[in-house]
Amino acid sequence: MSYRYKQPKPSEITPESIYKRRRELLKAAGFGATLLPLSPSLMADSEEGPQGSAIKASKSPLSSDLEPNSWNDITTYNNFYEFGTGKGDPARNAHTLQAKPWTVTVSGEVDEPGQISLEDVMSTFPMEERIYRLRCVEAWSMVVPWVGFPLAELIKRFKPNSRAKYVAFKTLYDPQQMPGQRRAVLPWPYVEGLRLDEAMHPLTILATGIYGRELPNQNGAPLRLVVPWKYGFKSIKSIVSIELTEEQPPTSWNLAIPSEYGFYANVNPEVDHPRWSQASERVIGSGFSLFGNRRETDPFNGYAEQVASMYKGMDLSRHF
Amino acid sequence: MPWSKPFVFLLCLTPFGLLVWGAVNNDLGADPTNEITHQTGTWALRFLLASLAMTPLRKLLGSAWPIRFRRMLGLFAFFYATMHLATYVFVDLGLYWPQVLEDVVKRPFITVGFAAWLILLALAVTSTRGMQRRLGRQWARLHKLVYLAIGLVILHFLWLVKADLREPLIYAAVALVLLAFRVKPLKMLRH
Repeated sequence: MSYRYKQPKPSEITPESIYKRRRELLKAAGFGATLLPLSPSLMADSEEGPQGSAIKASKSPLSSDLEPNSWNDITTYNNFYEFGTGKGDPARNAHTLQAKPWTVTVSGEVDEPGQISLEDVMSTFPMEERIYRLRCVEAWSMVVPWVGFPLAELIKRFKPNSRAKYVAFKTLYDPQQMPGQRRAVLPWPYVEGLRLDEAMHPLTILATGIYGRELPNQNGAPLRLVVPWKYGFKSIKSIVSIELTEEQPPTSWNLAIPSEYGFYANVNPEVDHPRWSQASERVIGSGFSLFGNRRETDPFNGYAEQVASMYKGMDLSRHF
Repeated sequence: MPWSKPFVFLLCLTPFGLLVWGAVNNDLGADPTNEITHQTGTWALRFLLASLAMTPLRKLLGSAWPIRFRRMLGLFAFFYATMHLATYVFVDLGLYWPQVLEDVVKRPFITVGFAAWLILLALAVTSTRGMQRRLGRQWARLHKLVYLAIGLVILHFLWLVKADLREPLIYAAVALVLLAFRVKPLKMLRH
């Protein structure tokens, strides 16, 4: 039998014998329950649902039926060096970002260069929910229910010309709003890039929200890229500039450490990071168990069927 | 001070207690595995530095009491290093634990960390008075390996960081100061 979308592996499904004993197992875990009322963190967790203004989004056939991480996981565990290099730093520090008003400049090899405001983005493009697994180059992953729209729709509006081969993205540069930019951990502003066919792929989206709400600042408000078959660092946050180019644009992590981070950064369990393995990934989610926090990494993060053809004939261990 | 040793012992155990409390209460953030790995590793490094601080401290204070705590601090360094390694192998890798063999061989930062743990293991096993007596003059030579261990631990830390080297560099600076006290010319200056 073939399914259009990835089905859970048999090993990921709870065996019936255990499922049927669930009441006993819960009782056996009863000592844990007695601790519950003592835990302020758990009580806080239950209250901290999705926050922020709601965005209307329709279901998309390109979404997955993976179980998303909690709002709390997604909004407190971030790599966003503009607000500090610790995973908790962005949630603490990103309140200084002024995500409204916001304008994105679209320039370069396009017939109609110009600017688009966030309001125009929100009213022009129909928003969809895309539940994707986010695989970080640090060998962990989480599942995020993005709200967004295909990047291709935005690019088409500005009419790329025949010289356009790549798309270059730029994050806001403003050390007042982004205190992490006062230290040269990375060359600022953060820049990223895609080949035009990657950028036009229907899986590639510009995200404006999570869990049906506007993006929190720490997740890259108000507009960020999401390319689900690539390592997370490709999915640049708080974008102010999109430029169509003829030459392959520079990308921040590649500029910082070229031996470790390439332009493509496709999720690939066969090609290890020079310092660690990419064969498996730690599954993020508060509440952990012995032996149960890891999964095998899928080629192209599970999207090989849809995207592998774009890299036919390329040596992916060289173009990592 | 008859209570000083049990008091310091409990103090050294506090970070571990806080981690257990955090784990039971699900209060270690979105990535508890990484939090425990990072915390136990950092505390192993801190206790190793603390044990190395006792000899200079004795000289500075002109009193022998710091030496009474040196072994305990060293053993706690080994304890936290063991928790660190165990968390990596059993909780982080979990069912993928065979990967650790590959890691130890193929990943220099893990090779270095594992080597440091082996040294601490050897020092912990020979830390008893009986072993000290049995090994005689060899004991002091063996325990000089702690200088190699601190170097390996700091290299392990520097090597695993992605871009922000500030934290490991602070520990490296502290280690250098402590090692500088052992250098002959500096010792002579003091007399």
